[in-house]
Amino acid sequence: MEVTGAEIVVRCLAEEGVEFVFGYPGGAVLNIYDEIFKQNKFKHVLVRHEQAAVHAADAYARATGRVGVALVTSGPGVTNAVTGIATAYMDSIPIVVVTGQVPTPAIGLDAFQEVDTVGITRPCVKHNFLVKDVKDLAVTMKKAFIIAATGRPGPVVVDVPKDVTAHLTEFVYPATVEMRSYNPVVKGHSGQLKRAVQMLLEAERPMIYAGGGVVLGDASPQLVELTRLLGFPITNTLMGLGGHPATDRQNLGMLGMHGTYEANMAMQHCDVLLAVGARFDDRVIGDPAHFAREQRRIIHIDVDPSSISKRVKVDVPIVGDVQNVLTDILALLKQAKEKPAAAALNAWWTQIELWRSKNCLKYNQSGAIIKPQYVVEKLWEVTKGDAYITSDVGQHQMWAAQYYKFDKPRRWINSGGLGTMGVGLPYAMGVQLAFPDAQVACITGESSIQMCIQELSTCKQYRIPVKVVTLNNRYMGMVRQWQEFFYGSRYAESYMESLPDFVKLAEAYGHVGMRIDKPEDVEAALKEAFSPALKERLVFMDFQTDQTENVFPMVEGGKGLSEMILAEEL
Amino acid sequence: MRHIISLLMENEAGALSRVAGLFSARGYNIESLTVAPTEDATLSRMTIVTVGSEDVIEQITKQLNKLVDVIKVMDLSDGRHIERELMLVKVKAVGLAREEMKRTADIFRGRIIDVTDATYTIELTGTGSKLDAFLEAIDPAFIIETVRTGASGIGRGERSLKI
Ligand SMILES: Cc1cc2nc3c(=O)[nH]c(=O)nc-3n(C[C@H](O)[C@H](O)[C@H](O)COP(=O)(O)OP(=O)(O)OC[C@H]3O[C@@H](n4cnc5c(N)ncnc54)[C@H](O)[C@@H]3O)c2cc1C
Ligand SMILES: Cc1ncc(C[n+]2csc(CCOP(=O)(O)OP(=O)(O)O)c2C)c(N)n1
Ligand SMILES: [Mg+2]
Repeated sequence: MEVTGAEIVVRCLAEEGVEFVFGYPGGAVLNIYDEIFKQNKFKHVLVRHEQAAVHAADAYARATGRVGVALVTSGPGVTNAVTGIATAYMDSIPIVVVTGQVPTPAIGLDAFQEVDTVGITRPCVKHNFLVKDVKDLAVTMKKAFIIAATGRPGPVVVDVPKDVTAHLTEFVYPATVEMRSYNPVVKGHSGQLKRAVQMLLEAERPMIYAGGGVVLGDASPQLVELTRLLGFPITNTLMGLGGHPATDRQNLGMLGMHGTYEANMAMQHCDVLLAVGARFDDRVIGDPAHFAREQRRIIHIDVDPSSISKRVKVDVPIVGDVQNVLTDILALLKQAKEKPAAAALNAWWTQIELWRSKNCLKYNQSGAIIKPQYVVEKLWEVTKGDAYITSDVGQHQMWAAQYYKFDKPRRWINSGGLGTMGVGLPYAMGVQLAFPDAQVACITGESSIQMCIQELSTCKQYRIPVKVVTLNNRYMGMVRQWQEFFYGSRYAESYMESLPDFVKLAEAYGHVGMRIDKPEDVEAALKEAFSPALKERLVFMDFQTDQTENVFPMVEGGKGLSEMILAEEL
Repeated sequence: MRHIISLLMENEAGALSRVAGLFSARGYNIESLTVAPTEDATLSRMTIVTVGSEDVIEQITKQLNKLVDVIKVMDLSDGRHIERELMLVKVKAVGLAREEMKRTADIFRGRIIDVTDATYTIELTGTGSKLDAFLEAIDPAFIIETVRTGASGIGRGERSLKI
């Protein structure tokens, strides 16, 4: 029996086992919406802005490891979605975005709500398709899901003209599709694996540097086992947090611009570095020339060859899926007769403990003003370290990363690569829908939260009981910090004047609002928000925090990794 | 260093723009780019001439390989190869210059493929530098227009790029 393109889209999503489609209707996708109306295989979540649809789908993917799905209309629907797509792209998140397009005969004629979707999204997708023939639709959808989820994951856009959604054809959903041009390497090269193991066993000052690839590749158990077996210190990037438990003694915390003293010093001074699913970002190693001053040998595991030797030359490149590669390395290590150099390793740990004893994340909660770090620490305690934490972008994001100790992967949901303000609330929605019984908190700033605040309405409609933890410093704090340090304290346009009354705002949307001014009220407020009485409610907590608090340690842009500014030095 | 990169990709709408977009987005140089379907019409073969340090060229080949439509990439400059470019030159051919133009074209093994009372159109193939040499050998005042295809390349001997 022949069915319409619209029905094919919907049936493909059902075949993929999609649970949620985050979307917003419009002319070009009305046929698809009509089919959505008639089905009950997945739930459609109506957001209030297309950007949020993509962010929510992205968060669903980050938290579950499955492909997230968003659906938007042509023209403005697409342009609104672009920020979400680019955000997912920079952090390698698997999502499929179905976009409506004007009918094929109208393409190129400046038709109503026409944009060149394939052209606009090309630089920020892993791949995209324009489906011109309904006969190609099912196969293209299959390809989109395969491409999004395999190799280095990423967003895939499928642009479907309106007439294609009305055309008829037989529906056949292939179990898989071969693509001669797309075959990601997943197994590590055996020769390279042997060299890597040899190098690890020879190391005197080893360091493991693990990134988002460990989380994306679900290789946390292998990483933990490897780290235990070797007894090496380990650090995580912002995207890798939770890939190795933060409360483990061997974990030195996050590294990079706002990384810990011990992690950055160990990274700079190690003699063998094992980089796992991390991409030597500029926020991580600082000035590459300064980084290269110390002699060290580098092993780099990444599924994407172009991540290897991009910013830093490495000695042993291993292209492959991190879970496969770590499993192989573990097997080789267990067979090896040699053991890690114990005496050297002890001396190295002594040095590291000395660095650690600086206690670089120390802060002082005294006086009448709430310290933002204190709120995050209390949140960690109140949620027993077991919540899903989303964040926006700014100082609060860094404090969340530093003070919420993530012991499990996929618990820390934030925008690292693009640094998109506004992700926090839609991210929390995506996570909470995926895990209705979990504790989900969005740590945000008073500026960031206003970039997608309209989603409070979506939360009301679907009863999404996330807890919003606003660290309200009345400043674009991260901007203010840079202006204080590098622009002679000229605070150009970084003060948030005319802030709304967030309590009333939350209430206007039908939620619970709280304003917390005093340090002694922080814990009680958090406990109340997470209490059974408010379990079903969205609680918006407006913490009035220290306006001038800065994030430390800090490596200035262009400086070397070991040239940190510490809190105590100011 | 100058590199000549050959690649095979799916012959699909938009494939060329993915390559061109990659070069502009990442700030790589393109000296020339030629593309056409192969004997297998589902495949396009592209030749790109670019300039960059070894690190940049390594990134270029990796990034090209990463494009979902790209099947194979080969840096022809890594081994022995042949490079050819086609040029069409329209020149003034009047009076004494008419004979002179023909002679110069012959020396460069060019062919006159279109003739009017006042013009010749000359076809020349060779390496880029041979084409440059021809243009230097004739009086610039006589050149009406030139059009060049950019280089196409192929490996020597057994070396080949196929799926
Ligand atoms: C305000 C702000 C401040 C920041 N400060 C810091 C900071 O102090 N420290 C910090 O670390 N970051 C910081 N960042 C984040 C930074 O910009 C980068 O996003 C981040 O460092 C990149 O993390 P990553 O190297 O783990 O790479 P990711 O972006 O997570 O990339 C993952 C890598 O793993 C690979 N990969 C994916 N899947 C697999 C698989 N299955 N197998 C093998 N490999 C795989 C990918 O190809 C890629 O190379 C900051 C961001 C913001 C917005
Ligand atoms: C969409 C977007 N615009 C601008 C920026 C630049 N930016 C980075 S942090 C920041 C300020 C964030 O302020 P707030 O949300 O209050 O967080 P705080 O730093 O105060 O904790 C700005 C403007 C950005 N990252 N994203
Ligand atoms: Mg702020």
